[in-house]
Amino acid sequence: MLKIFAAFVKKEVFHILRDTRTLIILFGMPIALVLIFGYTITNEFKGASMAVYDEAKDELSQDLIAHITASGHFELITLSENIEALDAAFKAGDAKIGLVIPAGFEQDFYKEKQTALQLITDATEPNYAATLTNYASQMIRAFQQEKGEVADMPYQIDLEMRMFYNPKLVGAYTFVPGVVALILMLICAMMTSLTIAKEKEMGTMDLLLASPLPPILIILGKVTPYSILSFLSALVVFAMGYFIFEVPILGSLPLLLGLCLLYLFVALALGVLISTKAQSQQTAMIISMFALMLPTMLLSGFIFPIESMPEILQFITKIIPAKYFIIIEKAIMLKGAGLESIWQQTLVLMLMVFVLLMAAWKNFKVIYK
Amino acid sequence: MQTAIKTESLTKTFGEFTAVNAITFEVKEGEIFGFLGANGAGKTTAIKMLIGLSRPTSGEAKVAGFDVYKEAELIKQNIGYMSQKFSLYEDLTVYQNIRFYGGIYGLKRKQIKEKSAQIIETLGLTEQAHKVVGSLPQGWKQRLAFAISGVHDPKIIFMDEPTGGVDPATRRQFWEMIYQTANNGTTIFVTTHYMDEAEYCNRISIMVDGRIDAMGTPRDLKTQFEAESMDEVFVKLVRGK
Repeated sequence: MLKIFAAFVKKEVFHILRDTRTLIILFGMPIALVLIFGYTITNEFKGASMAVYDEAKDELSQDLIAHITASGHFELITLSENIEALDAAFKAGDAKIGLVIPAGFEQDFYKEKQTALQLITDATEPNYAATLTNYASQMIRAFQQEKGEVADMPYQIDLEMRMFYNPKLVGAYTFVPGVVALILMLICAMMTSLTIAKEKEMGTMDLLLASPLPPILIILGKVTPYSILSFLSALVVFAMGYFIFEVPILGSLPLLLGLCLLYLFVALALGVLISTKAQSQQTAMIISMFALMLPTMLLSGFIFPIESMPEILQFITKIIPAKYFIIIEKAIMLKGAGLESIWQQTLVLMLMVFVLLMAAWKNFKVIYK
Repeated sequence: MQTAIKTESLTKTFGEFTAVNAITFEVKEGEIFGFLGANGAGKTTAIKMLIGLSRPTSGEAKVAGFDVYKEAELIKQNIGYMSQKFSLYEDLTVYQNIRFYGGIYGLKRKQIKEKSAQIIETLGLTEQAHKVVGSLPQGWKQRLAFAISGVHDPKIIFMDEPTGGVDPATRRQFWEMIYQTANNGTTIFVTTHYMDEAEYCNRISIMVDGRIDAMGTPRDLKTQFEAESMDEVFVKLVRGK
């Protein structure tokens, strides 16, 4: 039996080696994804173009503008003469953030102890706009403290902020676990479903089923090479994260890899399940795209935080395996957590493997009918 | 002579639709049995029940002496199957294909070596042995697929429309190969919708709408239906009902 299995795996390896496209997907895609995410997606910004409409034109308003632009985060592109000019700067897309300083700014600030400023942002890019406002308001607050006579305030709360587990807010800390989850799901599930669908499309599946090979061996023979390859591919992503983007692995590496395998089984089971439904490679591809790739990217918390989703979507995220795996990865890598804090997620993944395998098995038998 | 295949009221229904309607027939060992019928007459469904890819709804069938319900695994070890699409792995070489199928039928390394050498020589594929199957002409793929279906020396070879999309000259060559195999004692069960091919078979059955409407040697059938050719037999049979 083992020899028959070996013959089967050998054949799969020949298929993969013959097909350079598959190899490129297996190893090229993870590397490309990590580099793209690593160098393009970042929360930091520099030189955001800023338009200022300074009605006050007093010493304090000059100081404020100098204070904000000095950091290098904002670049003053235009000093508008009136509110219409400011509006035009936004329409033309020249300005991303605008600051309006009202007349009598300095006087109000010192005498009345109360004044107002207006911040305007171009929210066609909402995330960017939110980041800019946060930054600018922090700077204005600092400016206020610097200029204002602190002693005048009877009570004061000193806020000290600490960013746990990722003090510098490095983007790589979130995308490396995300990419691993995406890659494993994509390669394992998509490749498995494609290769089984291919056998059906070519008619070779009938030959295999007409041979004395037990069906379980057909499935195992098909998934083994791909699981090994995608595991290697995940290792490449972890290594790139560790060596290039300095994403730490604080917890136990064996635990991380072990749970990586568990997640891989979920993906494989999904792939087999899809292939039992899809009669052609094209169908398998489309199902994988819509049922796996998009949900994994959008609903796993990889790119968009689950907490800010509408309730119905939050509910749907509960069935996305990547969600649990990303929590596990982050806990082990960034917090150095052990199994005691992630056993719930681990259990969910185990349950998923079980349910999916049962479903796949039940559907696979349908071929016999 | 021994019986290779025997069915008794073998039936397969899909919901309301009866694909195969109580077919009863017998195939002797070493016989070339032609299983004829128009597209959609139920030939493929029947063949799938016989090789264990599909479970009959009712009726009895024995293949190579084994029961299709209880001994499907034993049947599988004793039969070869060639499907409509000459199902080979197009991206593997001729040699790799032979080795793979030898491997899954549990042949020993030495046996696989001998078999591959033999198949490659008989088919005259020495120069192409290490080329991918996809690059071969249809006719060669077809003969290779047939040779591979017999890699484990099965008692019966089932062929489902093995001559689709192949020109007449190549078809004749292919039938010569079938004759040789049958002469060595292998039973051949072949489905086709080319009536001219029926003449090559020892005995044929003609299926119309899931039922076997006529069965016998080509000559008997022509006499029975007062026809010149099998084509005419078929036309009369379909019009007659």
